[in-house]
Amino acid sequence: MNFDALFGNLAQHTVDGLSKGAIYALVALGYTLVYGVLRLINFAHSEIFMVGTFAILGTWSLLGITDTPSIGMAIVYLLIGLLVGAAASGATALTVERVAYRRLRRMNAPPLIFLITAIGVSLVLVEIYALWMAGFFSGRGFSENRLVIGIPAMLKQETVISVAGANITNVQIIMVVSALVMLYGLDQFINRTRYGRGVRAVAQNPDTAALMGVHQDRVIMLVFVLGGLMAGAAALLWNMRYGITKFDIGFVIGLKAFTAAVLGGIGNLRGALLGGLLLGVIEVYAATLTRSTWEDVAAFVVLVVVLIFRPTGLLGESLGKARA
Amino acid sequence: MRRKYVRALGAVGLAAALFAAAGCQASDEGNDAGGDGNCGGKLAIFGAFSGPNSGLVIPSLNGAKLAVRQHNEANADCQVTLQEFDTQGDPTQATPVANQVVGDESFLGVIGGAFSGETKATMDVYEAAGMVMVSPSATAIELTAGDNKAFHRVVGNDATQGAAAAVYFRDVAKAKKVFVINDGTTYGAGIAGELTKALGDLAGGTDQVQEKQVNFAATISKIKAAAPDAVAYGGYTNEAAPLLKQMREAGITATFLGFDGLYDPAFPSGAGAGANGAIVTCPCLPPDKAGGTFSADYEKEYGSPPGSYGAEGFDAAKVLIEGLAEGKTTRKDLLEWVDAYDKEGVSKYLKFDPTGDVDKSRVVIWAYEIKDGAITAQQEIKLS
Repeated sequence: MNFDALFGNLAQHTVDGLSKGAIYALVALGYTLVYGVLRLINFAHSEIFMVGTFAILGTWSLLGITDTPSIGMAIVYLLIGLLVGAAASGATALTVERVAYRRLRRMNAPPLIFLITAIGVSLVLVEIYALWMAGFFSGRGFSENRLVIGIPAMLKQETVISVAGANITNVQIIMVVSALVMLYGLDQFINRTRYGRGVRAVAQNPDTAALMGVHQDRVIMLVFVLGGLMAGAAALLWNMRYGITKFDIGFVIGLKAFTAAVLGGIGNLRGALLGGLLLGVIEVYAATLTRSTWEDVAAFVVLVVVLIFRPTGLLGESLGKARA
Repeated sequence: MRRKYVRALGAVGLAAALFAAAGCQASDEGNDAGGDGNCGGKLAIFGAFSGPNSGLVIPSLNGAKLAVRQHNEANADCQVTLQEFDTQGDPTQATPVANQVVGDESFLGVIGGAFSGETKATMDVYEAAGMVMVSPSATAIELTAGDNKAFHRVVGNDATQGAAAAVYFRDVAKAKKVFVINDGTTYGAGIAGELTKALGDLAGGTDQVQEKQVNFAATISKIKAAAPDAVAYGGYTNEAAPLLKQMREAGITATFLGFDGLYDPAFPSGAGAGANGAIVTCPCLPPDKAGGTFSADYEKEYGSPPGSYGAEGFDAAKVLIEGLAEGKTTRKDLLEWVDAYDKEGVSKYLKFDPTGDVDKSRVVIWAYEIKDGAITAQQEIKLS
């Protein structure tokens, strides 16, 4: 246990953790939205994130971008990346819902069937990318590529603020701020708009909502698309910060994001954000205190302890239970 | 001298017995579908031929295939077959493969494993069956530390590579403080441990990461706190590429050195511009330094120069093929043949010590530098 390393520069580790957690949080929103409405853990969501990273990589390569373009162009490319990532992830999420889940829902399949289908869809997407798409997006035609693929860096990561010994980089600020903005936007959308009211209605009681004239299928499609958009945004942040992708990149992120969603209270949007950021910070603390090998152990110990005292997670469930 | 006589006598005796057997077979040829007689046979090769680290292994597979093809073209009456088993470098996948190979009596020898972990998991199975293993690239020390009779390798082990990296840091990079990271695998932790030992008081700071990790913020803050002028990484491309990328982006300019696990074209392409100037050590020869016409033959066959362990794969196959060609067509004979092997190969002079390691005085270790995304030979590291 290296307490000096941790407390010597606690602020820095917190910043590192928050920026790591921002991606978990955005991906966690997708899990939580779908769960809140359908009571379904959409394990294919991690692959929807992966698709986003590849779509952005493909677009950037197509535009012939090399490392660190000028700041003006970088902003343009990032915006294009956001559009492409969100579109690709949103479209994939929609397709998954249409192809894999809708028919099961019509047939009133038991929850376990959905779970297995979700895992199956996830495997199918991973292999499609490993066998064809990863090669395609890295510019080698439709060929098998299971390797780590580098993505050109958009922004040079530079320290812009130093607070309490923490050097905060431009990219870290963008990550945390975007996560907060996206959550705020989503929260407002769900709580203030007509569409959001429909989502909440279906979450509370699908049958009554249908009687009140809410089109259930449309609401469910909307929920999948929203989750996909968030995953697409997370994919952009990921590409910007880590600059690599791979066919199975979604697996670990998805697992962590799902953990974050449970930690914060699955079905609760703000909980997903809180859980994600918290998980990121815990992991960085644990890795600093001991070795990186222990970060998962620490994360899951905290999860278990939280669930013992608060079985519904830190903020509890809210999208489904008649609050909000 | 006496032992040699005994061996020679034994060999003559065996040869006589085999000739007799061949004679018998020749007399009732109709029964023998293969018609191989006492020449040729079947070999197995296993390793990560797909999966994230396959870039490291494919050249040795290609080298072995080349050796088999050349032999078969030159000796129409003595055919050797090579069957590939893809383990993805995973010990749990290599174990059923080992049982399958051992259970099939027609397999006489094994080329592999490509990685240390899968080799460690399966070497006892092969030993129990009396099957010889010749690995082109499994470098963990512990593989030859026990008394396993089956295992041989045509490369130097991690101890020599770790020591060579220390020499490189001290004499070439003139480093004052080296931060050592490993990925917790048999290979990564082992080689990093050897390096730390050889570095002595140059070693300053350490961290362990894990496979499939992608965020290295904690490791990076530890490196920053230690402020080393060099960073060494024991592990594979999958984690090294993002680690190096994030290090460079975080403004760490220390020399980066990895071992043969990073002698893989995917490493510079994954790490991007940050990889330039990184050093990779490898007990493998630069392809153009390989003996004979190997390099040209390989390039002609596969359209690219041999990468990591291409020459070693060729050598490993060659050792076994020559045995088969000499009529060592039982598992026991082939094992004895490899034990007694003493000949120039394309990668180095091949002769095994009793533990199965290649003769230590013949091991060569090279430092390679990443330049413009390509792995280019820099210099040979002289151990003494």
